[in-house]
Amino acid sequence: MTLETPSIRTILPEGRRGETAPEARAGAGATTSAGAAAPAAHAPGAVEPRLVTRDFNLWYGTHQALKQVSLEVPDHSVTAIIGPSGCGKSTLLRSFNRMNDLIPGVRVRGSVRVSGLEVYAPSTDVVELRRRIGMVFQRPNPFPKSIFDNVAFGLRLLGLGNRTELEARVEDSLRHAALWDEVRDRLGKSALALSGGQQQRLCIARALAVEPEVLLMDEPASALDPTATARIEELVLDLKERYTIVMVTHNMQQAARVSDRTAFMLVGELIELGETRQLFTRPRQKLTEDYITGRFG
Amino acid sequence: MGTPWPARPPGRARRWAFADGAYRGLLTAFALFVFVIAALIVYESARGSGLSVRTFGWSFLTSTEWDPVAGRFGALPYLYGTLVSSGLAMLLSVPLGLGAAVFLAELAPRRVGDAVAFVVELLASIPSIVYGIWGLFVLAPFLRTALEPWLIRHLGFLPLFEGFPFGIGMLNAGIVLAVMVLPTIVSLSREILLSTPRTLREAALALGSTRSEAIGVVLDAARPGILGAVILGLGRALGETMAVTMVIGNASRISASLLAPGATMASVIANEFTEATGDLYLSALIEIALVLFVLTLLVNAVARLLVHWAAGGRRDVAGTA
Repeated sequence: MTLETPSIRTILPEGRRGETAPEARAGAGATTSAGAAAPAAHAPGAVEPRLVTRDFNLWYGTHQALKQVSLEVPDHSVTAIIGPSGCGKSTLLRSFNRMNDLIPGVRVRGSVRVSGLEVYAPSTDVVELRRRIGMVFQRPNPFPKSIFDNVAFGLRLLGLGNRTELEARVEDSLRHAALWDEVRDRLGKSALALSGGQQQRLCIARALAVEPEVLLMDEPASALDPTATARIEELVLDLKERYTIVMVTHNMQQAARVSDRTAFMLVGELIELGETRQLFTRPRQKLTEDYITGRFG
Repeated sequence: MGTPWPARPPGRARRWAFADGAYRGLLTAFALFVFVIAALIVYESARGSGLSVRTFGWSFLTSTEWDPVAGRFGALPYLYGTLVSSGLAMLLSVPLGLGAAVFLAELAPRRVGDAVAFVVELLASIPSIVYGIWGLFVLAPFLRTALEPWLIRHLGFLPLFEGFPFGIGMLNAGIVLAVMVLPTIVSLSREILLSTPRTLREAALALGSTRSEAIGVVLDAARPGILGAVILGLGRALGETMAVTMVIGNASRISASLLAPGATMASVIANEFTEATGDLYLSALIEIALVLFVLTLLVNAVARLLVHWAAGGRRDVAGTA
């Protein structure tokens, strides 16, 4: 169901679109160190993929967590990032909406672009950026408010005060998160009374309410039981019709089930990025094969 | 099926059964001791105030007359003084303390926050007589020569600020109390803010909150705990004796003006207990102690209800104090 209300998505200044950082220009066309498929150079005028990183490096103090990561995520697809603990997959995910900024001592080099916007440009409005990128966390983290107020939170931040419109959007978001039928008659109840799986779907609804372009999911099902996990996975498959989804997961079966493309990372490097079927059946890299066959990790 | 558990040597089992029982009994006795003390306090003050209660009945709480010579005692001015001085203290310390706690927990770098919190906790360990001396020799002259004349000149048309700049009085007591309860409010609120899950901040920021909007979410989640911190501060203000006795002026009358001297329940007991001649006088003072005890009990009960209500079934989010 589509909304009749005008889009509240904030459009960034046109001038920022298509701008390229110097580092990114220098690195364009280079392959990743481990030989992953190089991002194709885009002809002028061609639509750039929704998310692009070029030679992106990130340090926590002196520890380098990401090394020369270059990848692309096309629109309306699900990309899974797999890899052993500490390989930098969450760090990479949190680089797209600059959640890493919260950690003191973080430094970056290279380029991350979302919808053509240079994420780490000094002029980037981080609040606007995060508004355009929804995020779902490892553990469900609803606010200690009512179900309704949770979903309405982002809308109210945008200044939407009209009750009827709020109600319409909250219902819409809850429907998209496949939660509406379970909570329709208790919207005023505390969100913390919901089960873990319902809470996670509520968090998804909360993120969807502000109409993001991208949905980042950081192991969204790792704290849930198998039934709730299955529901989240179904939901992800539905949501890719409308959103671009990047999902970090520990679970390779989950990556295989829901993603179109899979990226394999190891100690801060992107080892391989490819079609999920290809990556799991005919990996190009020896390291990928070792990981998916359980030789380490 | 299978081999049975090896039996413990009978002597050992018996020894342990005895030790467990003794240990349990000892701890139970310790726990009961707390109740015994509370019960004794109630019993003693009820017994001691019996004469006064029989003589004055409920009028003890509504009469403003305090005349030891004529043997007529009414505690209303002290009840009023306690409530007003503590109320004033909370009015000053809650916004200040909460602001400081938010800064220390959310905005200051961790190391600065820890350092300031250490100093704040140090403030809590200063003996109250030192606060009293400060109120008397530093705050009072300032109030007398600067703040109170200014208040009278500009806000003197309000009953709250009419009269003469004495320096000591309800205003001085309120300020001293505010300073004294500030450490409690700041350090507890800071701890509570720090203990709210980091994921709440992240959720708010990821939805496009500004920093202050995210802090609003955290404050909202921490509300029950912060309320508890404030109530703890209020409890301290209600019972504070020494410092208040030194700066409040000790006049047993009710005055609308904050500049006028007054007295609190605790201060009148401290002032007059040693010179109480006659059984009725003594009994009246003990009854004031009983009333103060009941008042703090009521405040604590209301506080528990408030915290429970503010928590609204979300104890898992913020710790209740």
